[in-house]
Amino acid sequence: MATFQRHRFTPWILLAPQLAIIAIFFFWPAAQAIVQAFYIEDPFGLGREFVGFENFSRVLTSGEYLRAMGVTALFSATVALGAMGLALLLAVQADRVIHGASGYKTLLIWPYAVAPAVAGVLWMFMFDPNLGLLSAGLESLGIGWNHRVNGGQAMLLVILASIWKQMSYNFVFFLAGLQSIPKSLLEAAAIDGAGPWRRFWTITFPLLSPTTFFLLVMNSVYVFFETFGTIDATTGGGPGGATRTLVYKVYEDGFEGYDLGLSAAQSVILLVLVGLLTLLQFRYIERKVQY
Amino acid sequence: MRYRRPGLDITSHTLLILCVIVFFLPVWMAIVAATHTQSSLYTGTAPLWFGSEGLGNFLAVLSDPVSRLGTDATRLLLNSTIMALGIAVGKITIAILAAYAIVFFRFPMRMLCFWAIFITLMLPVEVRIMPTYKVVADLGMLNSYSGLILPLIASATATFLFRQFYLTVPPELLEAARVDGAGPWRFLRDILLPLSKTNIAALFVIMFLYGWNQYLWPLLITTESDYMTVVISLKRMLTSADNLVPWHTVTATTLLAMLPPIIVIVLMQRYFVKGLVDTEK
Repeated sequence: MATFQRHRFTPWILLAPQLAIIAIFFFWPAAQAIVQAFYIEDPFGLGREFVGFENFSRVLTSGEYLRAMGVTALFSATVALGAMGLALLLAVQADRVIHGASGYKTLLIWPYAVAPAVAGVLWMFMFDPNLGLLSAGLESLGIGWNHRVNGGQAMLLVILASIWKQMSYNFVFFLAGLQSIPKSLLEAAAIDGAGPWRRFWTITFPLLSPTTFFLLVMNSVYVFFETFGTIDATTGGGPGGATRTLVYKVYEDGFEGYDLGLSAAQSVILLVLVGLLTLLQFRYIERKVQY
Repeated sequence: MRYRRPGLDITSHTLLILCVIVFFLPVWMAIVAATHTQSSLYTGTAPLWFGSEGLGNFLAVLSDPVSRLGTDATRLLLNSTIMALGIAVGKITIAILAAYAIVFFRFPMRMLCFWAIFITLMLPVEVRIMPTYKVVADLGMLNSYSGLILPLIASATATFLFRQFYLTVPPELLEAARVDGAGPWRFLRDILLPLSKTNIAALFVIMFLYGWNQYLWPLLITTESDYMTVVISLKRMLTSADNLVPWHTVTATTLLAMLPPIIVIVLMQRYFVKGLVDTEK
């Protein structure tokens, strides 16, 4: 790579804004989060005491935290699988029909632009116990719906809203992935007598695996963090913690419970989880990109 | 194409159209509900067809303070626009400069800077939320636009993408520019920026959506309604209701909150899709 060499100060001038912002708003708070995780602070900020790993053991042995982990696992798996499975099914259909693939893309892409919280509100209206269209439909089938009381139904509500929002993102990627698969491969398989089902599983699906893997990482990140808006706007983590995910708990313990040490310890645990995810993604990116 | 089966095409179209309709249904219900009065909504199940209010509910939330928010939706939309534009423009500007330095210059501690920037990819604002809040509070930036914008610029996604793009620029271009006597600023302005146009457009869409749709951060730092964004106002409208949710105004505000990002994505779809699929690399 050719470079500018005899400029000592120019690169620093160029880097200054970025470095200043990440120093103030990233490294300083991140360092504080890590330090705080080892202290117990009294809620009025009068003093703090070094407690080693006590915050972590408090977190990891708390029944509520373990429950939030379970909720997060169930929620993430359902949303990721649902949003990816549906997107793959639709992308395969859109790729099959020669005419109209880009039209369908336009018709399906827009939910990506909708804020997670807004998606939550839209579905909340569909399921409103008093006048929702779907809750009324369920009522006529003999199923009473009230997500303000029923934890399972609250979970279903946030899952549906999250899948609705995330599906379009996956669809765009799957469609791009499908369209980049050489048609000659599929034609050759067809001539050899492989049916559509067999062609999909032996050719298309393996060739899509980089896209699938990438989407799996992106979807997990989405479910972990961005769905906070969906949950807070619709269920507020309730009823009774049924939709309280790990990120929601960090927020609750920090801003409602004022237990800074506990909240910070959870942040650090999340940090490690996300770090592992990102590392995985980075390895994959570095392998794929040719310099 | 001997493996095409026309019969299956009809199934595919049916499935796709069905999904398009199902995906649009919640929005349709909201559009319809926004044209009714509260009392006509609460007569039974949510209506499937327009009511008597027309655009009245929209005009009402845009011009009068929404109940218990203390501000009108025009102000909310303005705040959201400032935040989204600030984040998009800010992030793209610092990213172009930083990536330029990292790719086109050799200087001591270059790799350290590189890693310092890219480690920020790992920690979304949700994880470091408490201490970031404290820093912003100490700087006196609660309830301000800079408080809304600056902490969200501190992540390296855009820098990473520009780096990836700059690495694909042929080295001969730089050689040629140098032979012609162009310095670093000139090379950036006259050659690199025009080449990055599509990337900038793509990133602009992604960052605008990211900024507009933020939830947790504005929720925490805007206690005054003057700086509240439209997305977080929804939650307050929902919880402030005594018993019956005022769905006619909530749906109107919801639609107003959705409209700008959807317009951006539909108009700039070409760049957006390119930007998204390219980020995969």
